[in-house]
Amino acid sequence: MSVRLELEGVSHRYARDGDPALADLSISVEPGELVALLGPSGCGKTTALKVVAGLLAPTAGDVRVDGRSVLGTPPERRRAAMVFQKPLLFPHMDVAANVGFGLRMRGAPKKDSASRVREALRQVQMESLANRRPGELSGGQQQRVALARALVTDPQLLLMDEPLSALDANLRSEMRDLVKQLQRDGGVTAVFVTHDQEEAVVLADRIALLFDGVLQMYDRPQAFYDRPASRAVAGFFGATNFLEGRAANGTVRTPLGKLRLARPAPTGDVVLTIRPEALRLEGGENSFAARIASATYLGTQVDYTLETGGARLRAALPPHVRLGVGEEVTVRLPPESLWTLER
Amino acid sequence: MGKRPGRRRANAGIVVVAALVALPFVPLFLWTFAGEWRFPDLLPSEWSPRGIHYLLEPGGRVFEASANSLLIAGAVALASVAVGLPAGMALGGYAFRLKGLVVFFILLPILVPPLASTMGIHLTFIRLGLADTAFGVFLVHLVPTVPYTAIILASVFADRTGELESAARTLGASAWQAFRHVTLPGVAPGVAVAGLFAFLISWSQYILTVLIGGGQVVTLPMLLFSAASGNDPVITSALALVFVAPAVLVLVVALRYLKPEAPDGGKGLVGLGKAS
Repeated sequence: MSVRLELEGVSHRYARDGDPALADLSISVEPGELVALLGPSGCGKTTALKVVAGLLAPTAGDVRVDGRSVLGTPPERRRAAMVFQKPLLFPHMDVAANVGFGLRMRGAPKKDSASRVREALRQVQMESLANRRPGELSGGQQQRVALARALVTDPQLLLMDEPLSALDANLRSEMRDLVKQLQRDGGVTAVFVTHDQEEAVVLADRIALLFDGVLQMYDRPQAFYDRPASRAVAGFFGATNFLEGRAANGTVRTPLGKLRLARPAPTGDVVLTIRPEALRLEGGENSFAARIASATYLGTQVDYTLETGGARLRAALPPHVRLGVGEEVTVRLPPESLWTLER
Repeated sequence: MGKRPGRRRANAGIVVVAALVALPFVPLFLWTFAGEWRFPDLLPSEWSPRGIHYLLEPGGRVFEASANSLLIAGAVALASVAVGLPAGMALGGYAFRLKGLVVFFILLPILVPPLASTMGIHLTFIRLGLADTAFGVFLVHLVPTVPYTAIILASVFADRTGELESAARTLGASAWQAFRHVTLPGVAPGVAVAGLFAFLISWSQYILTVLIGGGQVVTLPMLLFSAASGNDPVITSALALVFVAPAVLVLVVALRYLKPEAPDGGKGLVGLGKAS
C-alpha cells in the first residue's frame, strides 16, 4: 500500500541563532508519486530529506504519513529507506549481506529473506556479483546495490539524496531509468533530491524548487517552463529573456515595443519572459527587426543573441537554420509563449 | 617481473633496518645456549642447556611470572579498551564544550611522571587493601594505558562520518544495532591496535608493578631486572627471549590481521606481505 507524505511548515536551523536551513516547507506527496526536491547546493533539500527519514528533528512543523505524525518515530521504524549520494555499502559485508541487512535487522526469517535478496539483486542486474565485496565493485554497481538494499526492505517511503550525481553521464541516464522503473513497479512514494533540473524534469511527477531553504514553486515539471512562479524560478530553468514593462488592456509596453498577450494579465509593472526556444524568425504579430550579434553552435541547436532597437534577446533555433553574425532578421515573440510575472 | 631500481633501493633499506632491529637478538640467542663464552671468542666455547632448563623448570618462577604477566596485561588490555572505547567515541565523534580541557585531563596521566602519582596511589591502595595484590597492579597499570587507548580510539572515530550508521538506521537498524553491526566491525582493527598497545605497555611495566605489588606480585620484568643485576648473562638472555616473544607475536598478528583494504591485491601494512 502506498502512503501519502505531508510536510507541514517544516523548518530546521542547525545553529540556534543561525539562518534556517529550511523555512516553513509545506508539500504533500501523493501515494506512489515521485517528487523531486530541486535547488542549488545548500538550499535545504537534503535537510528536508533527513527530516523525513528521521535523521534530523525539525525545529518546527510536522511530518505526516497517511495523516499520522511520525515525528516521535525513530528512523528505523519509519520504513523510510534512504539512498545516499555515496553508495555507503557496509565494507565488511558482501553484496548479498548488504542487501539483506535491513531484513536481518528486522528479524525476517532467513529463508524468506534469502529469496527476497536474490529477487532484489535480479531487479538491479547484480545477482551474479552477490558474493563480491563492495570494494570490488565499480561506483555504478555499488549504487545499484544500494538501491536494491533500500528496496528489499519494502519501504513505505523511498528517499534518495542525489543518488546519481557521483556517476558518469552514461551510467547516470541508465540508473535514472532503473530508478524510475523500480519506483513505478513498486508503487512506492518517493522523494528525490537533486540539483540537476534536467534530472528532476525527467524523473519527477512533481518538482519542489527550493532556494535558501524557501519553497519557490511546487508543480508538475511542465509548469516550470510554461508558467514559472518568479523570475528566479524562470532563470533556474534556463529562461534568459526578461522584458520589463507596463501592462494595460492585454498589451505590455516594453523597451522592445508594444507586445500583445494571449492571456489576461494584471495591470501595472510586470516582467515578461519568453523561453529562447519559443522565439520565431518570422513576421506577424509581436514581431520586430533584429540583428544577429552572436551565434553559438551547440550540435542539436544554435544559440543566437539578437540585438533589437530596445533589448537583447536570446534565441535557440534548430541547427538547420544557419544565420551569420550581422545578418538582419525579423523575430517574433508569439503571444501564447509570453508569460507575465509581477514585478 | 623486472624490478625498477627505486624498488631495489627501497628493499635494500628495509634489509638494513631489519638487520639493525634483529642483530641485537643474535647474542641473546647465543647466550641462552652458552655454557662458557669468554671475551675474544666469536662464539661460545661450550654449550649448555642451563638457560632452557631454567625457563622450563616445572613449578619454577618463570612459569608463575609469565602467567602473572599474561593475566595482568590481558586484563589491562580488555579494561583499557572498555574504558577507552566510549571515551574515544565521544572525543572523536562529537564536538562539545571544554573538549580541549577534557583531552588534557585524559592525557594527564602520561604527561605527569607515573612515579609521582603512583606514590599517592600506593598510600590509598594500602588503605583499601589493594597494595601487594595482582588486582592492585592491574588497576595501576591502567594509569598509563587508558590515555593511549582513548587517544588511539578517538582518532579511529574521528575518521568516521556517521553516514554508514545513518544508512543503517533508515534500513531498519536501531541505534544499538547500527553500533553493533556497522560501527563495531568498522572500528575493530583500531580497537585491536589499541588493545595490543595497552597489552604491551602493561607487559613491560616494572616500576609500577614493584611499587604496588610490593614484591608479592612477581611479573616477568621483575625476574628480568633481578637476573640482569645478578650478572648472569645466560639467565638474563633466556628471560629476555621470553619477554620479547609476545611483542614479536603481536607484531606478526597485527601485520596479518590489520591489512588495509588494498584494491591492487596487496596484503598487509606497507605491502610487507606482498610477493614481488
